[in-house]
Amino acid sequence: MPKIQVNTARCKGCELCIPACPKDVIGLSKTFSSTGYYPATMVKPEACNGCKLCAYVCPDVAITVYK
Amino acid sequence: MEKIVFEQTSGLTDVPMRYCPGCGHGIVHRLVAECFTELGMKEKTIGVAPVGCSVFADEYFNVDMIQGAHGRGPAIATGIKRNRPECLVFSYQGDGDLASIGMAETIHAAARSENITIIFINNAIYGMTGGQMAPTTLIGMKSSTSPYGRTIAANGYPIRVCELLAALDGPVFLERTSVDKPAAVVKTKKAIRRAFQYQIEKRGFTLVEILSQCPTDWAMQPLQSLERIRNEMIPYFPLGVYKEPADSKSSVMSDEPVVAEKKE
Ligand SMILES: Cc1ncc(C[n+]2csc(CCOP(=O)(O)OP(=O)(O)O)c2C)c(N)n1
Ligand code: SF4
Ligand code: SF4
Repeated sequence: MPKIQVNTARCKGCELCIPACPKDVIGLSKTFSSTGYYPATMVKPEACNGCKLCAYVCPDVAITVYK
Repeated sequence: MEKIVFEQTSGLTDVPMRYCPGCGHGIVHRLVAECFTELGMKEKTIGVAPVGCSVFADEYFNVDMIQGAHGRGPAIATGIKRNRPECLVFSYQGDGDLASIGMAETIHAAARSENITIIFINNAIYGMTGGQMAPTTLIGMKSSTSPYGRTIAANGYPIRVCELLAALDGPVFLERTSVDKPAAVVKTKKAIRRAFQYQIEKRGFTLVEILSQCPTDWAMQPLQSLERIRNEMIPYFPLGVYKEPADSKSSVMSDEPVVAEKKE
């Protein structure tokens, strides 16, 4: 199953990855990260196709993509 | 088992970047690091960090870096390149740094066709010092020193750096790109890669201008700041190639890494 892993120590919850994802996989987590942001998380994990578009726009290089 | 298809390049360190959420600097840092790494130049790259929000860029790039005085990146890069011509040398600069206090260095390095690459972040503002007007601030755009919006009468016209430099004979490659969507990020990477490739081929001065969002000093949410790039910046600062070598078609660059990425 393709998936993303968000490094919550780097993610700043900027939301740039959310509209970049053509499959609406990503949303913000409801709980704070250690750095005080609501980090990105997979809200529709089954839809991820591993296209990497979210990772292209992430300013904090917080996303690792698996396929 | 899934394989990793995207991960952080070894051209960046593991130091988390201190930019504001959504700032375009981080995207461009990653692209620059991926380009010198994929070209097999990581051990031979020397960067110059500017004065501006990217003043700590030396901590993020996993190569030797010097932090220069405000606007003097092209002069410092010139010195490095002339002494270490085998190295890939880049100067990373904001628009306050490059187009205001450093305009003389920029123009003369371009006119000399110094064999260096400038990565120019145009976010239409002085970011680090609190959002003052820059030479690139758009007409009507509010900044902390133009609280009612920039006017032509009081502040003159914004400077288009690529067009200005294209009038010189020195530059070899000039392109303006943006980072407002995935496709634009891919284009920006191609432009940086071309600039580095031309430098490796000893062709002369290369510069990539990247329209980049500064959500904090624009007082916008990150996603809203991307709209400003599309609706306000790109119409005034058109994207595209402003100068390229005559034989650029024959030296079309592939996107495949020259060397495979290896984690240390
Ligand atoms: C000689 C000198 N003059 C002024 C300053 C103050 N200063 C620090 S950063 C900066 C502007 C930075 O803006 P820009 O280059 O656009 O980069 P950004 O912060 O937007 O990335 C200025 C004027 C300085 N550090 N040194
Ligand atoms: S783009 Fe990166 S930093 Fe921004 S919310 Fe997504 S994962 Fe986090
Ligand atoms: S002030 Fe602007 S340019 Fe500086 S880090 Fe924040 S968003 Fe980026």
